[in-house]
Amino acid sequence: MTLFGYRIPMMASLLVWCLAWEIVGRLDLVFLLPPFSDVLAAAVQLVQTSSWQDATVTTLRAFATGMALAITCGVPLGVLMGRVKIADDLLGMWVNIFSSAPLSALVPVLMILFGFGERTIIAAVFLFAVWIIVLDTRAGVRHVSPSLIEMARSYGATKPALYAKIILWAALPEILAGIRLGLIRGVKGVVIGQLLVAIVGYGALFETFSRNFRMAEFWALTIILFAFAMLIAELIERIEGKVEYYAGARQ
Amino acid sequence: MATNVRTESEVTDLTLTATSEEARGLRDRPIILRLVSIALFAGIWEIAGHIPVSFAFPTFSDTIAAFFRLIADGSMPAAYLSTLQPLVLGVLLSTFLGVGIGIVCGLSRAGEWLLIPVFIVLQAAPVAAFIPLVTFVYGIGMTAKTIAVMILALPVIVLNTYKAVRNVNESLLVMCRSFLGTRWQTITRIILPDASPVIFAGLRLGVAAGFVGVVLAELLITPTGIGDLITFHRSRADYAEMYATIASIIALSTLTLVFLQWIEVRVFRPEKRGA
Amino acid sequence: MAVTALREKQSTVHTSLEAIVEVKGICKSYGNVEALRDIDLDFPRGKLTSLLGPSGCGKTTLLKIIAGLIGASAGSVTVDGKHVSGPGPERAFVFQDFALMPWATVLRNVAFGLELRGTGKTEREETARRYIAQVGLSGFEDKYPHELSGGMRQRVGLARALSVDAEVLLLDEPFSAVDEQNRRKFQEDLIRLRSAQNKTFIFVTHSIEEAVYISDRIVLLSPRPGRVSQVIEPDIDRSGDPDSIHRDQRYLDTVEEIWQGLKQYVE
Repeated sequence: MTLFGYRIPMMASLLVWCLAWEIVGRLDLVFLLPPFSDVLAAAVQLVQTSSWQDATVTTLRAFATGMALAITCGVPLGVLMGRVKIADDLLGMWVNIFSSAPLSALVPVLMILFGFGERTIIAAVFLFAVWIIVLDTRAGVRHVSPSLIEMARSYGATKPALYAKIILWAALPEILAGIRLGLIRGVKGVVIGQLLVAIVGYGALFETFSRNFRMAEFWALTIILFAFAMLIAELIERIEGKVEYYAGARQ
Repeated sequence: MATNVRTESEVTDLTLTATSEEARGLRDRPIILRLVSIALFAGIWEIAGHIPVSFAFPTFSDTIAAFFRLIADGSMPAAYLSTLQPLVLGVLLSTFLGVGIGIVCGLSRAGEWLLIPVFIVLQAAPVAAFIPLVTFVYGIGMTAKTIAVMILALPVIVLNTYKAVRNVNESLLVMCRSFLGTRWQTITRIILPDASPVIFAGLRLGVAAGFVGVVLAELLITPTGIGDLITFHRSRADYAEMYATIASIIALSTLTLVFLQWIEVRVFRPEKRGA
Repeated sequence: MAVTALREKQSTVHTSLEAIVEVKGICKSYGNVEALRDIDLDFPRGKLTSLLGPSGCGKTTLLKIIAGLIGASAGSVTVDGKHVSGPGPERAFVFQDFALMPWATVLRNVAFGLELRGTGKTEREETARRYIAQVGLSGFEDKYPHELSGGMRQRVGLARALSVDAEVLLLDEPFSAVDEQNRRKFQEDLIRLRSAQNKTFIFVTHSIEEAVYISDRIVLLSPRPGRVSQVIEPDIDRSGDPDSIHRDQRYLDTVEEIWQGLKQYVE
């Protein structure tokens, strides 16, 4: 949007919303919504507490482990499905089902299988993130230009070389897109897992804050979480930008 | 800016191409393979249950039996009655609200600037964190569940609609202008028809998100419906019943999505090819 | 045939024909890039004039300025003495990428211009059917664009432009997305259609052969910035067998002459 001839970046409107939040908070209209400045102050205090630091370490560790597992399983599985028809036929249906199913219903199962601890959270992150990585990788591998593969073959590429030097690189834009979407889903997975388990990491903090109506801290935690999710998506998008030049040109 | 909005709705494009392949595959590929795939899944489940992988892992056959028991004693139908009401209501409200907001944002620069960033954040962020809060405000009834559904379904519907309207075929717009179309004619005869496939795909994703929302709300806060059935049988260690309930909600959501996709293919696909 | 002879001929024809579209001093810049510089042109009524030039000479830009789809930085366009400030009912546009609505049948696509004007359904469909027949698409009224070949799609685009009964038809490289065989057939049909229609055609193309084959007048534009470098009136008899034109000595000479003139702009 432009105003008085100046281009205002789109995300700047979030500042307007923060301002509106501050005003609504100051007017004391909704008791659940303290002024934005109070929330920021609470955030500054929150990050200094050891309970937040511990929760963050737990959460990040579970998230990173779950994502690492999801990527190391998801990408090879996607490549397999993209290249081997029978694997695609047998697995395609299930991957599609799980990529859009309400996986939150499965978290109770994870809880009884993995206990009320970090392993359940890791499993939840994995379960939320892996399917979209498989789907996108498969789509990327499917769209690798056949002439590129024929080129590699005609110049005598071995099978490992074909995968390592052609297919993986040609499918990279889709794989990265899948990982970015997987990360976003993984953040949702870690939060939903922790909310349901309710005694680990951020889930426990959310539980405490909302049960005791410590709203400023509740919102502070929410904002930190949202900022983390956006940051991580932005980061991957940067990397994606580096390979975008051939993602579009390839069609 | 429209092209810069890269959110989960973008999966649509990818899964759409993937699933349109899938849809074609459905016809080309023998049904048998699909059945083999299901049988294989059930077989592995059955074997894993017999080993057993865990004391809390029933066999496939036990789960199926439990499923019919739950249907027979009426507890599952009653649970679905309670779960589907807020789901349908929430999805309907999100559809009207979301498509409306999306169209406004797609057509007006000011609306785009003000609202789209909010929905981008809501789409990317784990909004599930709000669900406990919703219960504190609206109690544990139908309202809370409906709002939980809307919190999850609305962003994806808004963003898809907005993207569809913004990325409308430029040359059709020029064509309409050259034949003296008014602004209103351009919107109703070009923009909306051109955007409708993507808007509908957004609705499908919205329904998927709505299922997540309602299950989450029932597990987290309101001890009713399917969520309650899952929690109840878990507490009594009736694992077969618990698995049957979970499998049923996943199956229901899958069937709903497949049905919506079938409509999508039937209604919108032929025109999407070429031209 | 010498260029001077052509020029003499042109000046005599020029004065004897009434101009329906007049372009005066048109300039167009995009930021620092000058696309068109000081274009003065007259388009005689009932003739087919081609705008020909290499890519980047601004021929499509000029056509869209005449159509009123984009504004000029300076200068003016008049059609029938009226100043052009936007699209108008006396001009109809045929698009390079066809611009057909994929969700509408051939019939509705062709009738779309009339639909926007509020013409009644039966009346506009009757008109549309007539023009669908004229472009040779009878029997395809209820098909959708994706069921048609590129050449047939562009026939739909042409029928749509004809059905609004505009005096001036503006065609923006209409055959560039059509395969070679269909293009030849389409060009022949265009010559036939033109003799029956008594409309003014302004035709943008980058194909020298195409321009010489179908045009009464050819305006050669030179690139960066686009200027009028030459106006040629190929004196070719089109009354006979369309295939004989391709063997006509004057056709071949004109093609060669234009190529010699344009060669310098091709890098």
